[in-house]
Order: sequence, then C-alpha cells, then structure tokens
Amino acid sequence: MYISAILSIEMALNLATIRRQFPILEEKVGNRPLIYLDNAATAQKPLAVLDAMRHFYLHDNANPHRGMHILAERATAALEDARASVTSFLHARHPREIVFTKNATEGINIVANGLGKKWTKGDAVVVSVLEHHSNVVPWLQLKEARGIDVEWIDVDEEGKLDLSSLDRLLKKGNVRLVSVTALSNVFGIRPPLEEIIRRAHAAGALVLVDAAQSVAHGPTDVAALNCDFLVFSGHKLYGPTGIGVLYGKESLLATLPPLLGGGMMIQQVTEQSFVPADVPARFEGGTPPVAEAVGLHAAIDWLLQFDWKDIADHERALLGLAQEELTAVPGLTILGPKDVAHRAGTICFTVDGIHPHDLTHLLGERGICLRAGHHCAQPLHARFSLPATTRLSVALYNTPDEIRSVAPAIRDVLQLLKAEN
Amino acid sequence: MSDTLYAENILEHYRHPQHKHTLTDATVTHEEINASCGDKITLQLIIEEGKVADVGWEGTGCAISQASMSLLSDELMGKTEGELEQMRPSAIHDLLGIDVGLQRIKCALLSLHALKNALRTRHGKEPQTWKETLEA
Repeated sequence: MYISAILSIEMALNLATIRRQFPILEEKVGNRPLIYLDNAATAQKPLAVLDAMRHFYLHDNANPHRGMHILAERATAALEDARASVTSFLHARHPREIVFTKNATEGINIVANGLGKKWTKGDAVVVSVLEHHSNVVPWLQLKEARGIDVEWIDVDEEGKLDLSSLDRLLKKGNVRLVSVTALSNVFGIRPPLEEIIRRAHAAGALVLVDAAQSVAHGPTDVAALNCDFLVFSGHKLYGPTGIGVLYGKESLLATLPPLLGGGMMIQQVTEQSFVPADVPARFEGGTPPVAEAVGLHAAIDWLLQFDWKDIADHERALLGLAQEELTAVPGLTILGPKDVAHRAGTICFTVDGIHPHDLTHLLGERGICLRAGHHCAQPLHARFSLPATTRLSVALYNTPDEIRSVAPAIRDVLQLLKAEN
Repeated sequence: MSDTLYAENILEHYRHPQHKHTLTDATVTHEEINASCGDKITLQLIIEEGKVADVGWEGTGCAISQASMSLLSDELMGKTEGELEQMRPSAIHDLLGIDVGLQRIKCALLSLHALKNALRTRHGKEPQTWKETLEA
C-alpha cells in the first residue's frame, strides 16, 4: 500500500498525517472544534476503512460461499482474506481458529452457550470485578439456566486484581472457566493475563480473554498468552461496527455446539435433523458481514503500518498529561492506577457535587466528547460505591492540545453549575 | 428555544432549589428514582381540603432532574388534586422552557413521576409505570 510507504518514511506517528485520515475529526460544534475522547466506546474510522468497504460494494459484492459466479468468488476471497489477516494479527495458528461474530459480546455468548451446555450445578465460572457487562451477563444467564456458580476476583482501589482470591477459588476444584478482561474500560488497568492463565490452567480451568478494550492499544498474541478463547469488536479497532472476532483453540471450538442455527453453519439438513458445519463456519449462521470483514481487514492493515511502541508511547503521554491536568481540578478524583505506566486507553474520574451527566452534557455543548455513566460495569461501580463516573479515553489520533482543552472546560462547567453561596 | 439544555432558569433552580426541605407532617411521602442515572427524588405533600397546602422534597441527581422538581414544586402550591391528576409531561416541558431531547427525558420527568405516584400512594393505588408517565 502506498499510504504505508509514505508514512513509514515520516516521523513515528505524524499526527497531522494521521488526522487527515479521519475527516470526522474536522467536525465543529458551533464554532468550536470537535474533540473526540470517547474512544473506549468506539473509535473513529480512517478513510482507508471507508474506502475499502466502498470498494467492496462497488466492485465485489455478493453472498460469499454461495455461488459459483465471479462476484461470489470475490466476496468469498474478501471474507477469507479478512480471516487470514485477523489470524496473523492475533498470532493464531490457523484461520479455522477465527470466528467472525457481530461483536465481542456475541463471541462471549458463543462460548457461554457452548461450554454451558456441558456444565451443571456445582460448576463455576470466575470473573473479575473489572468486567464489562458483556463478560458478566452471559455467565449469569448460565447461572439461571444451569445453576452454575459465578465467582468474583476482587480488585484493590487501583484496580489491581487480588490473585490470592483467584487461588482460593481455583483450589475448590470446580472452576471450569476464568473469564477476564485484558484492559479495564473504567480503571484503564491491565490484569496480569499470563499469570492468571498459568494458574487457571494448572487448576484445570479454561481461560477466556475479553480483549475489546486492549486490542487497539497494544499487540495481542494468543499463542504467547496461551489463552483458550479471546474476543474483540472491530469498531474499537478503527474498524466498522457489526463485526467482531472470537478466537478459540481449534480443538476447543470443535467441541462447542453452534449458538445460531441457519444457513452457512450446516453440513447437512434433513426434515428432522441437521449436522453442523466444521469450525469456524458452524458459528457463522446466516449471511456474514462481508463488507464489515473487509473494513476490519483494512483497519488492521492501517493500524499495523505503525509501530505498537510508538502508539503506546503517544497514548501514554496523552494519559499522563490528562492525569496531571485533571488532578489539579478541585474536587476531581481519578480512579484506577496512580502511575500512568500501569494505565492504557482510559481515565475515569468523579467530580464532587456534579452529576456526570451534567458534566458531559455541558462539555459536549463545548465540543468535548466524553462518556458518563456506569460504562456497562455496574458491579465495579457498586464495589466502590460510585453512582456514575466520567470517562476520557484516547486514540492514536488525539493530540496534546485536545487533552489540554479538557481541564479548563471542566472548570468552566463547575463554575456554571456551582451555587454561589 | 434555547441552544443549551442548561438555560439560566434551570441553572438558577438547580443552584437555589425551591421547597427543598423535609416536612414533618406530610400527608404523603413518596420516593422515585431514575435507575439509569441514579437520580433520586423524595416528594412530600400536605393536602388540606383537597388542595396542596405545602410541598417539600429531597433529592440528588443531575441538574435537569433537580431543577425540574424545584420548578414543579412552585407550581404545585394551591392546586387541587384533580388539577394535579390532569398534569401531563407537556406541563414540565413548559416549565423548563427547553426541548430536553430523548436522552434526558426521564431526568426531566422524574418530578412528574414522583408527583403522580405520590397521589396514587395517598389513595392506596398501585404506582404507575414510567411508560404511563412518559406517554400521558
């Protein structure tokens, strides 16, 4: 690709060049620039992704794996090229280990549905207090349907996992799966995955990694991790919505029944029975999101033109700056790790006496897009008695000037909302 | 129509809420929450001869929910129960003077929801649902 050739001879992360790939960042709110710092919810999409999807619809669109004509062939190739790209992106062994889903949530549901069919009362799943609802509710559904136990690894004030509580749970001998995030969407902390996976495997438990938040901020290596399953969503990786990935070790995926029944996921159907297809097709019932797979492929290519270290250095510098500036705002408390070296992606905070919805609404009127609420992590908020928090989350296109605009705007809003005695 | 949700009258009521205190001899006390935001309002009414003789409330939450309750509490004084039962969401929109939009509608109508269910509680009726409050 000529774009990557041009970029590679420039500085590590030329922000002006990068930002030109994101026309949405030129939007204005009134006469103020739009400042997008809600990247943990979804990342913006570079032109490379939009162009690839448009090219697919203009030239290659057909239903893959279902026709012998030229377009069906191109669409099939586009889908399988995307699978190959994800395979190498995750350092998986084989494309058969890559299932295309709607998003990370569907990936977790496929695993929960599949493994859960074999579990009974007394079996347990362990999750951490950091988890997003997508990695909580599917297990609670199994608790309802199968009577399994859902057990919790606690965290300290900085979000660090209490591994002794994991050991205690594993010692009981009934843990079938440990399902844990690679990066908290609230505390911005990374649990020690290698250690968790080692201990879980030693106790005979499988491990699922929720990489939804981590995938855009650093390399993901399923071979090195030796996790059994891993999920992510394309839209947090600068790709389109509507596509996600479930990685699973082939031998394990092969034992799971499908979640969705329909076309594409079968070998044979009679009036009274069906034989599911092999992996990964058995988990891909219905016409797959081909254009979205093409978009995800383009997003991966686009992202991999940069060095992960450059991305991490840049984003850590942004978070360090944010942490410094926000700490100086009166009444503002930052959650999660104090040392920015232990942080990625996200800073969540509270401000005394101000509801996060008021704060983010008024910041939004000033062009600054942050997120307020429980961030789909109610157990974590309950654990620390937080009603709702405000989140700032960065991407590689954000600039130090954008970060510098936040704290003054918060002071401005505080001034507006505070009662004059 | 203001271009900000946080028009001066709303900020004024948020900073200086009216009738925000606890009544010791309330005819009825009723609490409602907006679970999605964590906004909470406890409304108290003293009703004499079918009319609101006094209003008190306590609450926590966003400026919209609290200002809405403050504005409504002024409005309630002296009204008959019949008049309050007739009150629709449009009355709150008129009081606020802004279009709150879909995302904040429950913040704005928490006050009305608390009022409706305070009256229902007083008459031993089941509380109405959010759907009924929103669609009235």
